[in-house]
Amino acid sequence: MTKKFNEKAWHEYDLGFMVTQPGCAAEYRTGDWRSQRPQTDKSKCIKCGVCYLVCPEGSIVLAADGSYDFDLEHCKGCGICATECWTGCISMVEEGE
Amino acid sequence: MGKRVGIEVSLAISEAVKQANVDAIAAYPITPQTHIVEHLSELVAEGTLDAAFIPVESEHSAMSVCAGTAAAGARTYTATSSQGLALMNEILFIIPALRLPVVMTIANRSLSGPISIWNDHSDIMSVRDTGWIAIFAENGQEAYDLTLQSFKIAEDHRVLLPISVNIDGFTLSHVIEPHEFLDQDEVDQFLPAYQPAVQLNPDAPVSMGMVGIPEIYTEAKKCQDEVLKASMAVIKEVFADFGKRFGRRYQVVESYRAEGAETLLLTMGSVSETAMETIDRLRDQEQRPVGLLRLRLWRPFPVEDLIAAMPGVKTLAVVDRAVSSGGTGGPVAGEIRSALYSVQDAPYVASFIAGLGGRDITIDDFAVMITQAEAMAKVKEIHQYKMIGVRE
Repeated sequence: MTKKFNEKAWHEYDLGFMVTQPGCAAEYRTGDWRSQRPQTDKSKCIKCGVCYLVCPEGSIVLAADGSYDFDLEHCKGCGICATECWTGCISMVEEGE
Repeated sequence: MGKRVGIEVSLAISEAVKQANVDAIAAYPITPQTHIVEHLSELVAEGTLDAAFIPVESEHSAMSVCAGTAAAGARTYTATSSQGLALMNEILFIIPALRLPVVMTIANRSLSGPISIWNDHSDIMSVRDTGWIAIFAENGQEAYDLTLQSFKIAEDHRVLLPISVNIDGFTLSHVIEPHEFLDQDEVDQFLPAYQPAVQLNPDAPVSMGMVGIPEIYTEAKKCQDEVLKASMAVIKEVFADFGKRFGRRYQVVESYRAEGAETLLLTMGSVSETAMETIDRLRDQEQRPVGLLRLRLWRPFPVEDLIAAMPGVKTLAVVDRAVSSGGTGGPVAGEIRSALYSVQDAPYVASFIAGLGGRDITIDDFAVMITQAEAMAKVKEIHQYKMIGVRE
């Protein structure tokens, strides 16, 4: 099994610690940084997609019913989606609650 | 082998860079380095050298451009001095971290203030920990030879690190000396075209200069330091290869009449030639058991070679040409004391600071240092450093 980026010994990295695999930043779980989690009241969602457009991390994914879910492994909990949501259906709740 | 040519040392360095057939030069003029890149810009302008000469608005930009051209796979050269080197500082750390084999001449000059354009080693000492290989030349021939060898060392895939070739400003840069140039086909055989290990290429994309989060940064620094230390073997290999081909042999630590010496002077750069005169005088006229070590390689620091070069020596007089402000001695003496600390029967290390801001160090000055060091060693005088020639 290949080692994760944070398990390698100092001599096992690519030359100059450069990145040779496009898109490999997805391996890093930035969701650990989050202190607040977005939550949707789907009865108010009009499926406009504004949250999808403004998310800086690409952590909003299209659900089967045309609404949107959150990729909580990468969502940092910045709250931009909740601020920009037209109907106010997204709210930020404290992690652990 | 070509014939001997009388030429300014700066121009001889330009000749080496031309013969190395560099692809890119980015530089900003600063005294006393200016003649080197000025001449290179002429060679490019007249079509003698097929390279991109990129004039920039500052040394910070010069070194940034060097990072870019080296990352793109170009054989890259620049030169600077003093304040210019200081202005490059931020980027100097990044070049070795990205494993980019840039070659830079530093025409060593003191740092302001007070404002000084003259020679000492305060510029190179201020970038000691940036991760560059640092080599010192004593004369024009060495500057020419070491410039050519530096490309080969830096570009070796076991190394891939930047190198600074240090020459004393004015004392070397502006002096006309006899040089023996290699023929172009000799250079081409010694130094084949640069083969980058990785380069910026849209067909095989890579990202260089990534964030080193806490889970990565320690491993990155460990790797960088191990590679720098391991470059020692390649440096010796290239020196040996050059010596075998062309008969001019280089060592990381050079000895001069050190056999049976009880006291050794230790110098770096062009003052070593004056120091040799002192050794000759004390050996031949006064029959004193003294000798000289010249530290050619400053980084990676050649601990083992240095220890091996002083068997049975009782006193070492280290000459620094920079002040480590608020420190425990001259920067070179500090390193040597540290290296010798756990060595059994290590020599007493006297630290002298001399030749600051262009002040000459004479044959007599070196004799004074040797005599003073021997007296200090007798009583094991505890000191940080002694400044030579300062008016009290």
